[in-house]
Amino acid sequence: MKVFSIAFNTFRENLRDKLLYNLLIFALLMIGSSLILMRLTLGEFHRLILDIGLGSINFFGVLIAIFVGIGLVSKEIEKKTIYTIVSKPVARFQFLLGKYLGLSLTLVINTAIMTAGLLAVLYFQDVPIHSVLFKALGMIMLEFMVVTAVALLFSTFSSATLSAIFTLAIYVIGHLTPDLKAFGQKMEGFGQTVLEGMYYVLPNLERFNLKGHVTHQMDVPAGDLLMIAAYGMAYTAFLLMLASVIFQRRDFR
Amino acid sequence: MDIVAQPVVQVQNLRKFFRVGFWGRRVTAVDGVSLEVQQGEVFGFLGPNGAGKTTTIKMLMGLIYPSGGTATLFGKSIGDPAAKAKAGFLPESPYFYDYLTSREFLRFYGHLFGLMGSTLEKRIDELLELVGMTHARDLQLRKFSKGMLQRVGIAQALINDPELVILDEPMSGLDPIGRKEVRDLILRLKESGKTVMFSSHILHDAELLCDRVAMIMKGRLVTCGHVSELIAGDTTHEVEMVIDRLLPEALERIKPLASKVVLQGERVMAVLTRQQDVDQTLDVIRSAKAKLVALTPHKTSLEDLFIRKANGAQSAVEARVA
Repeated sequence: MKVFSIAFNTFRENLRDKLLYNLLIFALLMIGSSLILMRLTLGEFHRLILDIGLGSINFFGVLIAIFVGIGLVSKEIEKKTIYTIVSKPVARFQFLLGKYLGLSLTLVINTAIMTAGLLAVLYFQDVPIHSVLFKALGMIMLEFMVVTAVALLFSTFSSATLSAIFTLAIYVIGHLTPDLKAFGQKMEGFGQTVLEGMYYVLPNLERFNLKGHVTHQMDVPAGDLLMIAAYGMAYTAFLLMLASVIFQRRDFR
Repeated sequence: MDIVAQPVVQVQNLRKFFRVGFWGRRVTAVDGVSLEVQQGEVFGFLGPNGAGKTTTIKMLMGLIYPSGGTATLFGKSIGDPAAKAKAGFLPESPYFYDYLTSREFLRFYGHLFGLMGSTLEKRIDELLELVGMTHARDLQLRKFSKGMLQRVGIAQALINDPELVILDEPMSGLDPIGRKEVRDLILRLKESGKTVMFSSHILHDAELLCDRVAMIMKGRLVTCGHVSELIAGDTTHEVEMVIDRLLPEALERIKPLASKVVLQGERVMAVLTRQQDVDQTLDVIRSAKAKLVALTPHKTSLEDLFIRKANGAQSAVEARVA
């Protein structure tokens, strides 16, 4: 109950934040712009619309996850609003979980709005809609959950600016982890151990990317989907637990 | 053990140090504070800025962890949700969720205590009435003045009808009217049987309100007790006399008696500290046919005590350094 109150309050805070609407409008404009870009391209119209549409949803969702996520906890500490929460009979992990769920709810609703925009464009351009599109959107949503948890983790022990830099770095590296592994295999000894260690510790965000499947209309086996979902949830749970442990020990001065 | 006699707040040898700067230099904020707050009393926690008042209060509310010592609320160790459920807290210069209206704001805090529905709505109405904010119940907090924020902050601290109310600098930044309102509110809480602990550096307010006070300086407790005892236990009473038409020869006789003599043209102002000096001076004035214009006894206030303790603490620190 307390967790949901905090989650709902966070959601309401997000709704009253102008940043959210700016990003949402840009995302819808990007999705719409594929209609204009289409006229500049030879053939492959459908692939272009799908590629730009899914790319926009992914990109702007991640922006929201990072730039709202980094403020989730650090802003509460900076503005000292956390004093009134932690002094109430609320465990610190409940506070963190509430904040996390609040932003997740915001992201779900944002993704739904952006998806509606994409579906409208696809419908009016007579692009066939396959089920793999929704699977890809689900995986994008999972990626948001992981990125939000990363932002929340950094936000529990560093300032908003530093959290933004760290989270962006993790996001970029997270999409390059296969390269890390390949690079590590070309090295020997210590370098190989470090790079392989990084490969396994950092989130493998590229696993959530099914855009290629959508544009080429290739279905993904249910087993694979399940594995990716389990990976995303386990990784998120691990990050949230780590954040709780750090947050539990913090002094609020 | 008698349950009634158990203190609401019990602090024993509480210590806190922080690591600051790149090299993690150790700075002591609270250095072995012990105190007790009894049920139903108004307890003032006084000290200059940076003395460790807020740090101590934050430790009581579970916002920071002590480096040493123990503290309990209602006999339970600090941070225990059961103890927090019976306490209300107003932080220093509070910042709140400014995108909420007063109503939404109080409803949110009510939910954190598990309050809901019509019970909560009724409580919110009562509290807004109590702090005089009914007119602004649907206004977003970002449009509030500092005084208004302080008031909804107090309402927030009372949402769970707490037995213990801890207020950190509740009067700071308020105008005289606002301060009086907060004073009245604290007295009303006391009347309804609540225990109130508040920190302040405005001593006049503390003198008017508190049953007992503790003074903290540089992280150490310098004195603790009933306000009347602290003031009465102080032996120096000053009498200020203003005398007209005093002959130079008579002035010479007064000078050794007075602790301070100030000449203002025809007029002499003398400050005396002992009763026998006052009597002798009066004799001199009468025999010299001078005119006594005013005689003002200076009662020791909490402020004098405070300043003297502050000077004492300062010289103690200097002695330690030397």
